[in-house]
Amino acid sequence: MSTRVADRPRPPVRRLRVPTFDRALSISLIAPSIIAVAIFVYGLIAWTGFVSTTKWNSLSPDYSSDGLNNFITIFNYPRFQLDLRNTVVFTIFFVGVSLAIGLFLANLLDRKIRGEGVFRSIFLFPMAISFIVTGVVWKWLLTPSSGVNLLLGLDPVQNKWLTDPAVLHIPTGTVLNDIGLGFLSTNLWGVPIALLSIVIAAVWQMSGFVMALYLAGLRGIPDELREAARVDGASELGIFRHVVLPLLTPVTVTAIIILGHISLKIYDLTVAMSPTGLGFSTDFPATYMWQTAFFANQFARAAAVAIVMLVLIATLIVPYLIWNRRQQVSQ
Amino acid sequence: MDRSMSKRLGASLAVVALLVLACGGTTATPTPAPSAGPTTAPTMAPSAAPTSCQSDATKTPVEVQGWWTTGGEANGFNKIIADFNAANPTLCVYNAAIAGGAGSVAQGRIKAAVLAGLPPDTFQVHMGHELLDTYVNLPGGSVMSPLGTDIIDPAQFPAGVVKIISGSDGKIYSVPLNIHRANELWYNKAIFTANNLTAPTTWAEFETDATALKAAGITPLAIGDSGIWANGMVFETVLIGTLGADGFLGLWTGATSWSDPKVTDALNEYKKILDPANGWVNTDHSSLSWDQAADKLIDGSAAMTIMGDWANGEFTAKNFTGYGWAPAPGNATIYQALSDSFGLPVKAPHQDGAKAFLAYLAMATTQAIFNPYKGSIAANVTSGDPPAGELQYSDYQKSAQADWKTNTIVPSMEHGAAANPAWSSAINDVLTSFVTDLDVSAAQAALVTAAAGFTQ
Repeated sequence: MSTRVADRPRPPVRRLRVPTFDRALSISLIAPSIIAVAIFVYGLIAWTGFVSTTKWNSLSPDYSSDGLNNFITIFNYPRFQLDLRNTVVFTIFFVGVSLAIGLFLANLLDRKIRGEGVFRSIFLFPMAISFIVTGVVWKWLLTPSSGVNLLLGLDPVQNKWLTDPAVLHIPTGTVLNDIGLGFLSTNLWGVPIALLSIVIAAVWQMSGFVMALYLAGLRGIPDELREAARVDGASELGIFRHVVLPLLTPVTVTAIIILGHISLKIYDLTVAMSPTGLGFSTDFPATYMWQTAFFANQFARAAAVAIVMLVLIATLIVPYLIWNRRQQVSQ
Repeated sequence: MDRSMSKRLGASLAVVALLVLACGGTTATPTPAPSAGPTTAPTMAPSAAPTSCQSDATKTPVEVQGWWTTGGEANGFNKIIADFNAANPTLCVYNAAIAGGAGSVAQGRIKAAVLAGLPPDTFQVHMGHELLDTYVNLPGGSVMSPLGTDIIDPAQFPAGVVKIISGSDGKIYSVPLNIHRANELWYNKAIFTANNLTAPTTWAEFETDATALKAAGITPLAIGDSGIWANGMVFETVLIGTLGADGFLGLWTGATSWSDPKVTDALNEYKKILDPANGWVNTDHSSLSWDQAADKLIDGSAAMTIMGDWANGEFTAKNFTGYGWAPAPGNATIYQALSDSFGLPVKAPHQDGAKAFLAYLAMATTQAIFNPYKGSIAANVTSGDPPAGELQYSDYQKSAQADWKTNTIVPSMEHGAAANPAWSSAINDVLTSFVTDLDVSAAQAALVTAAAGFTQ
């Protein structure tokens, strides 16, 4: 690809275009959706951004400026700190495990087995279910007094699943204390066990979709490449590692983006399974935002949470869009 | 990478991405779900109330929004609506209720509608600070209209109730339809008899009973705090038991400091109750709703639960009669009250119809007909027994009526009467952490911080 840069045609010189009926028609057809998106997406983002800097914290709007105080308040609020921890932990586990399982399933299905269509549908079906339904069913399954504990005969006192208040973190009193990093061995930097139950449900729902992505990617890799590698004496594992995986990079990036943005704004699944959880073990910014707006009537503070969520997602999406644009240009 | 291949791959990726976006549209739809409260069915669908008059164009529609969709409360409310419609041929009151316990879903919807300037004609709101601090005492002025004596006669309601439905201008802003008691202990009589126990009147007695029950292999106290409020109600009864009525009231007015040593005592007692090492509370409490906790009393796996008197309706609905009740330990002669009330939005589209309906809700006979269904007692003190042929008050309700007349009344924080919503939310956040880490000093410090700026 890069070798073509030298003979890439120069950008065309802009000329004044004569308005034609075609052009007028295309503009008028696209205008309604552009206007709608401008108002209802970008307009409301701007509005939320403005509200997050006001003192609107009751049912009567107060638009006087409060600077960044709402942001300072939420970042100092223990619950929001735990929400951010949960978001990071959930995203890492959910995206990581989904990718691994999806890639594994795709490789199994790529063996040209009989009844592949049936298996593909079975793995993909969970994605068609609403997160609310998934959440209710997995809540029943992962409540200690019912579900898996009954099915597998496990002791409900030992296997608390969704209701486990424990948070795994680096033990205190390790070398971290000596180098001034003692804060890392607290709950704030740990992994709540209850959150992993939600990861299980989310992975169940989305790994089939990752499989479909990878399967499409695998089908796009011509057999000649594998055969050429085999002729050169590469092992099957070596082929996978050095030929297949690098070619699947665009798929992986796409999957990370799609799963990542679901994970960062997760709400329905967690609300159905465990709205806040013991000690906020399953609380997320979206849950906090909703309760802050509609129970505590602190609309400006809730808007600040919304903006933080937007920034989090933007740090994921914007580099992807830039990467995508470069790919297109280089083609 | 080979160019044609990367194009092929790109094309298939684009197709899949489109698929995702299409599906994403359905999965990402903001599906309303309860975050807290005694609920079993998260749904946004209006209840199937008997509202046949809505299609009649000659009648003025009057929309009532609340959260009574099932059970006795919906039956009772739909009954008084039907009676009203029959007596007022030009009006059609209809119940546009949204499910979700304690209004966990409906409240968000109602607030959004009021903010947008498109409120229903009247809506359900807890009396006290939830009403006053959300809708009435606002810097930009009240979004509710004051109610005149033609709608509600203050002389017919207890002074304590009138005080917390009145705005800072001294005018009344809602009609309380019922009174519930929050600080009640419910117990399984058979278990108590079998273990030679009596209902505990102090927290010390509770500890003795709990130890005995635990030894007998029965969970002493069932809690269902999938929404933290049910656990918060237990904390409130501990606070009342430790501070007394005046001390507890002072917490909300600023007369009692949250750093008071007695609050520390209350937190220590609360810690003892919740401590997994004691094993007095069911281990799955955080995954149960309050009614699932009450069910543990019915099947005999737990001996006690602390809950508002809507638990009485739950037991009756499940045909369970082997239960007894008593004030929560240390709560004797103190009646912790909450009330569902209805107000008149300034921008209600059908003012006259709404006023007629509110006046009807305030009437003694209306409250006498509604409350036996709801399991609560009438807020109107002139309200007597229901007319012959109507559902009558249960034994529990009769005892509550007697207590209501003689006890000291204190408001409920978890049910909107004692503290404004932002403060209640902050306290619930403190308790959510406390039930896990049981850190008394951290919780007390956080409670002091939460109270700053809120005490009136």
